[in-house]
Amino acid sequence: MILEARNIKAGYGGVEILHGISMGVDKAEIISIIGPNGAGKSTLMKTILGLLKPTHGKIIFDGHDITGLDPDKIVRRGICYVPQTDNVFPSLTVEENLEMGAFIRKDDFRGRMKEIYGIFPDLKEAKRFRVRKLSGGQRQMVAMARALMLDPQVLLLDEPSMSLSPRLVKLIFEKIVEINKSGVGILMVEQNAREALKLCHRGYVLAMGRNKFEDTGQALLNNEKVGKLYLGG
Amino acid sequence: MDTLVGILNYLVFFAITAGIYAVLCLGLNIQFGYTGLFNIGIAGFYAVGAYTSALLSGPPPGPLDWRTVGGFQLPWVVGLLGAIIASGIIAFFIGLLTLRLKEDYLAIATIGIAEVIRLILKNEGWLSNTVWGIKHIPSPLHQPIEAGVSSFLKGHPQLSPWLIHFISNAYNWFYLALVLVILGLLYWVSERSIRSPWGRVLRTIREDEAIAAVSGKNVFSFKLQSFVLGAMVMGMAGSLYAHYAKFIDASSFEPLYGTFLIWVMLIAGGSGNSKGAILGAFLIWGIWAGTDFLTGYLALSATRVASLRVIAIAILLELVLLLRPQGLLGEEKAVSKMMGK
Amino acid sequence: MSLGAFLALISLTLLRGLGIPGTPFGPLSFGLPMILAFFIALLLTGLAAIIIDRILYLRLRRTGPIVLLVASIGVSFFLRNIIQFIWGPQPQYYFKAIQIARKIPLLGIRIKPDEVFIIIVAALLVIGLHFFLQKTKTGKAMRAASDNMELARVSGIDTEKVIMWTWAIGASLAAAGGILAGIEDKFITPDMGWQMLLPIFAAVILGGIGNPYGAMAGGMIIGLSGEISTAFISTAYKPAVAFVIIVIMLLIKPRGLFGTR
Repeated sequence: MILEARNIKAGYGGVEILHGISMGVDKAEIISIIGPNGAGKSTLMKTILGLLKPTHGKIIFDGHDITGLDPDKIVRRGICYVPQTDNVFPSLTVEENLEMGAFIRKDDFRGRMKEIYGIFPDLKEAKRFRVRKLSGGQRQMVAMARALMLDPQVLLLDEPSMSLSPRLVKLIFEKIVEINKSGVGILMVEQNAREALKLCHRGYVLAMGRNKFEDTGQALLNNEKVGKLYLGG
Repeated sequence: MDTLVGILNYLVFFAITAGIYAVLCLGLNIQFGYTGLFNIGIAGFYAVGAYTSALLSGPPPGPLDWRTVGGFQLPWVVGLLGAIIASGIIAFFIGLLTLRLKEDYLAIATIGIAEVIRLILKNEGWLSNTVWGIKHIPSPLHQPIEAGVSSFLKGHPQLSPWLIHFISNAYNWFYLALVLVILGLLYWVSERSIRSPWGRVLRTIREDEAIAAVSGKNVFSFKLQSFVLGAMVMGMAGSLYAHYAKFIDASSFEPLYGTFLIWVMLIAGGSGNSKGAILGAFLIWGIWAGTDFLTGYLALSATRVASLRVIAIAILLELVLLLRPQGLLGEEKAVSKMMGK
Repeated sequence: MSLGAFLALISLTLLRGLGIPGTPFGPLSFGLPMILAFFIALLLTGLAAIIIDRILYLRLRRTGPIVLLVASIGVSFFLRNIIQFIWGPQPQYYFKAIQIARKIPLLGIRIKPDEVFIIIVAALLVIGLHFFLQKTKTGKAMRAASDNMELARVSGIDTEKVIMWTWAIGASLAAAGGILAGIEDKFITPDMGWQMLLPIFAAVILGGIGNPYGAMAGGMIIGLSGEISTAFISTAYKPAVAFVIIVIMLLIKPRGLFGTR
């Protein structure tokens, strides 16, 4: 496992939301986390990235304990994150958004930018536009592109398909697979559970801040209980 | 004995001023402590209260005055009500304008209205008599009490001097009682209201506006109520000040005395706690008035000592913010339990 | 702002004391010491802002914007009274020579050489700020942090450092404003910053909070309307004009003339 969370307990201001969650991501694996609202999916992401400090448990990345580090330290180690909302800098241009993604890089990152423009050709054409002028789908691509600038080993995606049209959802999922093929491990939270399970290697089902099921994506799709309880029958 | 009476008389004077500041603090506490509204133009509402009350209950313009309006010589209570209403109306319009927007706008608008009010009072002679101010503002029940005191003293010529000294100060004792009764009343009302469902909504707004909004509360309307009520209390303090000082001019309502000190008082005493607001007012006014004697001791000019005192008070404020942000008393348990996250 | 103006005064006195030639440059009413003092004051004011940030604001940042506002009011009273303690409330003079306006041949207006200097310096500062915000890494990070502080942090931007830079630059610019105002009026007072507060806020609201270009345009509009207003109403009400503009803006377009967010 490149990234592993062991028995994590965390929450906001004394209210515990995660009651001991464990999970892991292997090198270049796509992991989907599904579950009902309030299961703690987004909280888990924020805890991994250090935006929340866990009260219990450990987070191991690449063999090092990163529990309790500040987000900028964790980002430096190679975990990048795309929040669910407000995940771009709207008054900056597309290119400036990518530069901000590479803020901590001291080296020449133009090569990396070229690669990313290769994945998202739309963005290359729009690179001088301010992001606030872009559509929802394009913004989501900017958000992912920004997070990829550091060449992370693991990318955390919080509901990448949220409020996108079905056509764009399909496009974003294709891009996710493409990013993964380039060797990046993906950990994503999704409401679009069926689609997410179809494309992932493994999936976790969370409910009420605990692990419920864990299996390959296909097996979870075929699991009757999971289908009934979490995939709408 | 006579020195003791002198000290006592000074303490009465001190307590009246501190009491008026405590009223201002309670007003700010309703706005900021309960609802989180940032008003840095307290001086404006305070001044409007004082001038309204003085114009309604005060004497007509004298022969040397520029002023051409006011002086209706109405009873003090009318002046007080007028002060409350006038401050409330101004707060209503400021609130209407800014309370839907981010907090920065309210701060800017309040500082702006206070500055504009100050400019008007300084420049509009017909209204305010400019720097010569409004004089001879009557104090409530002043004549009957003074008359009673002098007839009593005439009837008892054998009293010792210190007792005469003591009794002559009766009117100040009366005024202190008046201020304390009003303060007590305001304290009672604001304690009752913060524990009511209405008060709970205000605190929810302060902690998280979104939660208040999703639970179906009209956040804007509640903020407006809180802001107007707080300003009314400040107007009341203005009236109390005008009728005690008997003379007001624009310089009594400069940002230092009219706004900054009150903030320091509320923060030091404990924002969100009515007891804290009152304690802070007496404590900070104590420090402020207590350091006045330094003027005589330090080999510095009076303006330098004044600056030094402001510097000290400003440092005190920052220290409280850094070391004890909840203030001396902090918010009461019954209240903080509600804070949720 | 007053702080910067007064630091310039200190530096000016110091430099004159050091014997740096004070011969006025060409037509200007001041010489090399004033120019050096200008830079020293900017630097020192920026430094003072950073120190205050490290001691005070840094620790209060987590507690929310309102506590910061309260603290900054305290700081403003603190600084103003330190200046007042040292120099007293009366005006201090940079120089006393009176300068005569000269006619510009083609435009037909009269202007003092000092005023030309002020305009040039202001323009240079605007261009410098623009270059900084658009072309430098820190400037871009500043814009990013102003857009979305949380995202800036998860992108690995050292937001603390960005905030520090913002303080330093903001304070230096305020100092520059104070010094230029002091050159125009020939004197400075401890409450000059307070008197400019409303017009400054009005300019920022006019341009839209968070938009530096809007603020510059807003500053021009407020400045001009304040001056024009003196043709119709008493000059005492110049700050009130700014307030009226604030009120109108809040009524019709609270996000500013050019605001988008």
